[in-house]
Parts: sequence; structure tokens; C-alpha cells
Amino acid sequence: MPQHDVLIIGAGLAGQRAALAAADAGASVAIMSKVHPVRSHSVAAAGGINAAINPDDDWRSHAFDTVKGSDYLGDQDAIEVMCSEAPNEILHLEHIGVTFHRNATGHLDLRAFGGASMKRTAYVADITGQAILHVLYEQLMKYSDRVDSYEEWFTTSLILDDDGACVGAVARDIRTGKLETFAAKNVILASGGAGQCFKPTTNGLICTGDGMAQAYRVGGHLMDMEMIQYHPTTLVENGFLITEGARGEGAYLLNANGERFMESTAPNKMELASRDVVSRAEQTEINEGRGVGPNGAGIYLDITVVPKKRVLEALREIVNIGRDFAGVDITAEPIIIRPGQHYIMGGVKTDINGATNIPGLYAAGEVACVSVHGGNRLGANSLLDTLIFGRRSGEHAAARAAGLPMPRLSDDKRREDQQWIDAIIARDKSGRRVSEIKEELGETMNQHVAVFRDAEGLETALEVVRRLKEEAKTAYIDDRGTVFNQDVLGAIELGYMLDCAECSVVSAIDRTESRGAQFRTDYPDRNDDEWIKHINTTLNGDGEPEISYSPVTMTQWQPEARTY
Amino acid sequence: MAEEHKPPQDFTLRIRRYDPDAGSGAYWDEHTIQLEPHRSVLEAILQAKARFDGSIGIRCSCRAAICGSCGVRINGEPGLACHTHLDKAQAGSKDGVIKVEPMGNMPVIKDLIVDMDAVHWKKIRRVTPWLINKQPIPEREYIVDATAMVDVTQSMACIQCGACVSDCLSMEVDPEFIGPAALAKAYRFVGDPRDAEQHERLKHLAEDPAGIYDCTHCFKCIEACPKGVAPMSQIMRLRRRAGSDAKVNDRNNGHRHEKAFTTLIKDNGLLWEAELLPRSYGGDSWFGKFAPAAAGELVSSLPAITTALLRRKVTPMGALKPHKIPKDDLKDVQRIYKDVEGRDERVEFNLYISGVDEDNEPPTVEEPAAEEATS
Repeated sequence: MPQHDVLIIGAGLAGQRAALAAADAGASVAIMSKVHPVRSHSVAAAGGINAAINPDDDWRSHAFDTVKGSDYLGDQDAIEVMCSEAPNEILHLEHIGVTFHRNATGHLDLRAFGGASMKRTAYVADITGQAILHVLYEQLMKYSDRVDSYEEWFTTSLILDDDGACVGAVARDIRTGKLETFAAKNVILASGGAGQCFKPTTNGLICTGDGMAQAYRVGGHLMDMEMIQYHPTTLVENGFLITEGARGEGAYLLNANGERFMESTAPNKMELASRDVVSRAEQTEINEGRGVGPNGAGIYLDITVVPKKRVLEALREIVNIGRDFAGVDITAEPIIIRPGQHYIMGGVKTDINGATNIPGLYAAGEVACVSVHGGNRLGANSLLDTLIFGRRSGEHAAARAAGLPMPRLSDDKRREDQQWIDAIIARDKSGRRVSEIKEELGETMNQHVAVFRDAEGLETALEVVRRLKEEAKTAYIDDRGTVFNQDVLGAIELGYMLDCAECSVVSAIDRTESRGAQFRTDYPDRNDDEWIKHINTTLNGDGEPEISYSPVTMTQWQPEARTY
Repeated sequence: MAEEHKPPQDFTLRIRRYDPDAGSGAYWDEHTIQLEPHRSVLEAILQAKARFDGSIGIRCSCRAAICGSCGVRINGEPGLACHTHLDKAQAGSKDGVIKVEPMGNMPVIKDLIVDMDAVHWKKIRRVTPWLINKQPIPEREYIVDATAMVDVTQSMACIQCGACVSDCLSMEVDPEFIGPAALAKAYRFVGDPRDAEQHERLKHLAEDPAGIYDCTHCFKCIEACPKGVAPMSQIMRLRRRAGSDAKVNDRNNGHRHEKAFTTLIKDNGLLWEAELLPRSYGGDSWFGKFAPAAAGELVSSLPAITTALLRRKVTPMGALKPHKIPKDDLKDVQRIYKDVEGRDERVEFNLYISGVDEDNEPPTVEEPAAEEATS
């Protein structure tokens, strides 16, 4: 049985950063992921990473922008940690080899981004996530004698001891189908978001809420799950992301009349208001008949106003995406976009060290909710979140491990999971296909738990999600093999997604106000008297989410009206 | 405006299947799906998986050519399934059926899934794939030239999909060859001004018999790469850095061979094969053949030369005298040399920097032709 001080599940930016930090702190470390680390969805982050690194900037300004962006739902102590540690983290990345673009004097160049009061986004063209992820993986290869890597291993369960502490996990080697128990003094969840609950989404097929559901199933708190970010610029065609960097470089949003409609919503920041604000403005244009393209369901993003040389140097990836996936040359004509599901602000509730309510269980990155994003995440703050809290989790877990004996585990959980998997594989074909249920879930969520919400739609969504949960119990698959049985993993992932979706819908119903990404047409105002609090969901004895509340930490900034 | 999209139509996929559990060989499996023609081959496979057979194995995640998971061969050509449109794939097939197979040069695990660890990642590890910092590490960022960072962005754009490895002809012949992806990765450090061991790296890559001089210049990796990394161009840049800049006279005779090649073309306008071998070993002049290394190589090549003579591949006169081209053409060739060698700085073709045909800018000059035409 493999034994480690720190077992990290997920190998995107948060996971790899945690692994390197824990190893540096002297812990024995394993990092495990259901895909090869460089396939992790951090790879798709395009525009950049925020830090008040310019001498004229101040981390407090970054923190305030983040608080305001969160619509005052973010915990300000956590935001202070993230923003004040940001410059050193960027310098660390630069030192280990990230090829950040430079300005004319050879210093880090910074670009404008949404909701930010000055240019503070460091970037590598529009492949920033890819560049950082690949450089961290370079470091992981360098650390290969100190960090054990379990690539293409799928976690099925977390293991708790009798005292309720997390002491390991069960995982399946995807290549062989073999299940194994991993003992660990600490487990760090870094397995990303749950965007696949929505269709379409900018998220990869692997973003199925695994870590959120795994924590939820053993008593973890899922917080702010109603806060789901719709990114203002995704391709109408297929939901692919067009980076906010495009607007950062100066691109316009235009409606069918050729108007820059952001003028009326956000006269100062225009296209660079917070994402929730821009997405709502776009959706309003579309709903009121000023959309463009098929069924008027889109908005023009006009990148032609950015000099072509700059586009090719700094926005090359979206030139490719436009050409290959929409048949549009973005340097010559506008491209049609619309708001699309992109990020979940909510996740496993943690403190500023990544610790959850379960001793020995940490979470960092999109799977977690510290909460630094509150009701709405600023662009280029997600990479920062993964790295800061990935590192802090790794360090904290390593320190905690130093005082603990290696847990002694039985093989019970592994046997239990084996029976679970065998039963899925053995199901007869009388129910629905797993793929059908996933499809219906995605469409339902995207219809009712999107930019604009109301009680009726949310109740419908809840009904559907609960029916799908029932149907998932008998849903069947085709693959009965052991080697790379992606079908059976898909069935398990469906269960994870349904748990996450249920928590999101229940929380959205409960929050009878509009804040950040949650806009209730039946409760269109922000209600600071009652709703400056986090909604937490925990699994109750009936297998359903139970709601509780926790306060929002305020340090320096009191709620104000939010204008851009 | 965006091209008008056509309605969904039928496409048939012929997928190479292999189930290691079954204990039998690989076989072909056909599925017909319905999608708009501009949708990707990956979407077609996913539809087949969702509707007909969930056991079809393919790695995939982002669907947008960023994660690098879905490298396959489509109609025999390597690429990403998500990056290939159905209509184009169909047009490129022999019988209207889109053939999808696992990538080459790597062992198949199941269906379209290959063992990248056994080949691709092993090779990546051979090039010491991490930055070795120039000391002292500055308190803030390293101050480096803006273009240097944009320059290495081309190799940073590699998504490690393995498409170039799949069809690397040199690797097929010499499985030890470090290969296009790993060498592109190597350039990412050699071109990075923050790296302390550029010279050491170049020396290793040049001296390694499976290193930069093992590439035969077939362009296959440039065609295969979905991200414009152009691995072969990065290999050629490594050669120029190793041979011309770092003056590594490698034991593989790679650099001497390149020099002999370019000198012969400069002098004659065409290659003079009989001179190429002795000069590659003995040095870049007519006297090269009298160097002991060249003499030895010539003697050991006698059987091959004899066979070539007997089969009339070479005539005695053709071997002893250079090929001739008209005088004016020779002057044209030599003018190219003069242009290229007369520049203050070497022009490197880079997607992110100079791959733009801006209307007001002078046209971008491609790689120096003579240097490119080696091996």
C-alpha cells in the first residue's frame, strides 16, 4: 500500500504547485490525476494572471477590485492573503522558467483585464495557463525523485478514520483497472471544477466535479455553489472560450445596431467591467432582440480594432480558434459570441491554508472555495488562486504531517469500491444510457441555472436533477473491460456531477436576492441586510443537501453600490 | 462574416479498435453519425461513443486543440481529432469513410490510446527539461529582451500531443532519436536567455548520435503539428546555434557535413556527391579527402560505391567532376548566399514574431535556403 505524508488529487496548477511546495517542505509526496498532468484544464486558461507587481500598483488596490468584483461575498482575509502574496508568486514562476512577455525595458509586461483598476495581468501570449502548467510540469520532472506521480489514476473515494480525519483515498489505475488504497497523513483535493454539469461550457470533458462530490460525500461543506460564472465571450457555435485578453487589448462588444452597448451599463470600464456585469448586459441585448447571428442569439466581438501585429503576437490562440472552430478571421471581421458557463466560484469550503472542516483534508483551486471570488471571479484571478492556495495547502499539509504517525488502513474501502464498480459494469441495459442523462443535465442547468434565474426555472431544474439522480442509479454502460474503461469512469463522474448540480440549484433557490453571478429576476436587488453570508451545503442522512450559513469575513471594505 | 454552416449530414468513421482484454488482434469498426460538416472528428467519435458504443477508447478533454489529448491518425495523417473538420477528413479519405487510427511510433494501449510515457515523455526527459537558472537569481524578474521571450513562445506553444512523434521518419528508423517534440522543448531552454547551460545543452544535443543531426529534414513534423511549433525549424535553429554560434564540431560529423553541403552548392550550384562524403569527414575543402578520417570512411564505403557504379547509379565521370548548371543560374545561387551571409543578424522564422504578412512591412524572409537543404 503506497504511503505518503501528502497525497494530492489533481495535477493542474493547484495540485502541481501544492506538490512542489510540500516536497520543498520535506514531506513525502504523491500527486495523482485521472489525466496526464499537462492535460489538466488549467491548460485552457488563456489571458493571464493578476498581481500588483508594477511599482505604481498596490496589492490593496488589487484586493479592493477583487472584493468589489466578488460583490462583497468574498472573504476579505483570504483576498488579502491572495493579493499580497501575488507579486512574489509571479516572481517565483518567472524564476522557474515561465516565459512571461516583456515590455520594451525587458521587465514583465502587464495587460488590462476586466474589473481591474489598472494593468496588472502578466501573460504569455494567450496561452498563459498552458505556459505555467507546462513549466510546473518541468519542475515536477525535476522533482521526480521526491514526488511520486500517479498519472491516469482515478480517485473513487476518500477514506476517513474513526475520528473523522481524512487518512487516504482509493483510486483506480486507469491503465489496468486495478483499485488501490493509498494511505496518507493528508489529502489535498486539487481536482478542478464541475463545468461539465453545463452544456455548453468552456470547461473540458474532465471537469466533472470529482473532488467537490468526494468531499461532500464524506461530510465536507460545499460553499457558494450557486455562484456560477458565465464568461462574456464564448463561441455561439460550441461554447469555446475567447479570452478576456481580447477585450483587455481593446476589442469592442457590439449589438445588432452596431452599438457599444456597454456604454449604458458600465460607462467607465465599458467592455472591461466584471464578467457578471458584461454577461448580463449581453444577455439583455440578446433577450431584447438586439442580438446577432442565427436566432439573434449572439453578440459581435470586434477584435479588428486591435492592431494586427499585436493580435498575432499576443492573441494568437484565438486567431486559431476563430479560424478552426468558427471559420472566422478575427483580424478581419467580428466574431459572434455569447455568455457561456465558465467557472464555479463555489466549492469545498476551506480556510486560508486550504484546510477543510475535515482534519487532514485540504482543497485548493477551482475545487475549493476559500472564498476569494465570492459572487463573481475577476478574470486572471483563478490562476492566482490555484497557485497561492495550492502552495499554502502544500506547505500546511507538510507541516501537519510532521507531527503525525502514518495511518494504518484496512482494505475495506477498496473492497467496497470494487463492488460498486463491478455493479455498474454488470448493469443490464434496461435503464437509460449514462451519456443521455449527462446530456439532459447539461441542457437543464444551462437553461435554468444561467445568467438570469427565477424560482420557477430553478424548481424545474431541481426536479430534473433529482429525477436524473434516480435514473443514474440504473444507468448502463457498454464497456465491460478493465484497461482504459472510460465508460465506467463516466458513470462515476455522472454521480459526481449530479451531486454538484443539486447543491448549486438548492443554493440558488435559497438565495432570494441578486448578487454577483446570481441574478434572480424575481429578486432583482442585492439585499445586504440579509444576504451577506455564504450558503453551505452538506449531505444529510437522506442523501440530500442541507443548507447552513457562514459569515463573510470583512476587514477593510464595507459593501458599496457596485458600478463600473 | 462567418461562413454559413451546412445542416447535419451522415459521416462514416472507420475506427481502429484494439482491446487488450480480449486477447485477439486489432480490427476495424464502423459507425455512421450525423453532424454538421464543420464539426470535428472528435465530436463524431464522441457521438459514436455516446450513442452506439461507449467502449471506444480515446483520450480527450478540451475539444479545442489546447490540452493535446486526442492525437490520432486520420486517413493516415497524424493530428488532433478535435482539430480536424469532418468535411475535410471525408474529402481526404479514399472511399468517403474517415479512417481513424492510433498514432504511430508509440505502442497502442487500447483503441486510439497509445503509450506516450514509453516514448514521448521518455524523450522529453532526455533533454533536461527544466530551466537551469543563470546565477545569481535576481530579486525581481530577470531582465530579458522582449523578443527573446516571444521567440521561445513558439516552442512553449507545444501541447505535447505527440502528432510529430507519431510520424517522425527518423524515429521509425532510429527509435533512439530524441525526436521532434523533445528537441523543440530543448530549444525552449537554449533560446531562453535565463538558462545558464545553453552551451552544455547544445554540446550534448550535437554530440548525441541520436541528437539534432539525426533529423533527416523530411518536414513531416511541421505538417503534423497542430500548433505551428514547427519542430524541424527548431531543430535547424539548434543546429545553427550549435555549429555556427557555439562552434561545436560534433563527433557525428553533422556540422562538417552541413558546411560541406553548403560550400559545394555555393561553388557548383548543385551538390557534388563524391566530394560530400570525404569533406564531411575530412574537412570542408578539396583536400578533405586526404584526412585520415575521410580516407578511412572512403575505404569503408568502397563496397557501397562499387555497387552504385555497377548499378549505374553513379558514373565514374559524374563522381569525379561536379554537376554543372548554366553560369547565370550559378550566379543567382551565389547571390542568395551573398544576401544571407551579408546580413548583420540571422533572420529566424518565428510564428509569433515574423510570421505576419503585414501590408506595410517588408516581406519576411524565410530560413536561409542553403542551410536548410542539408542532410
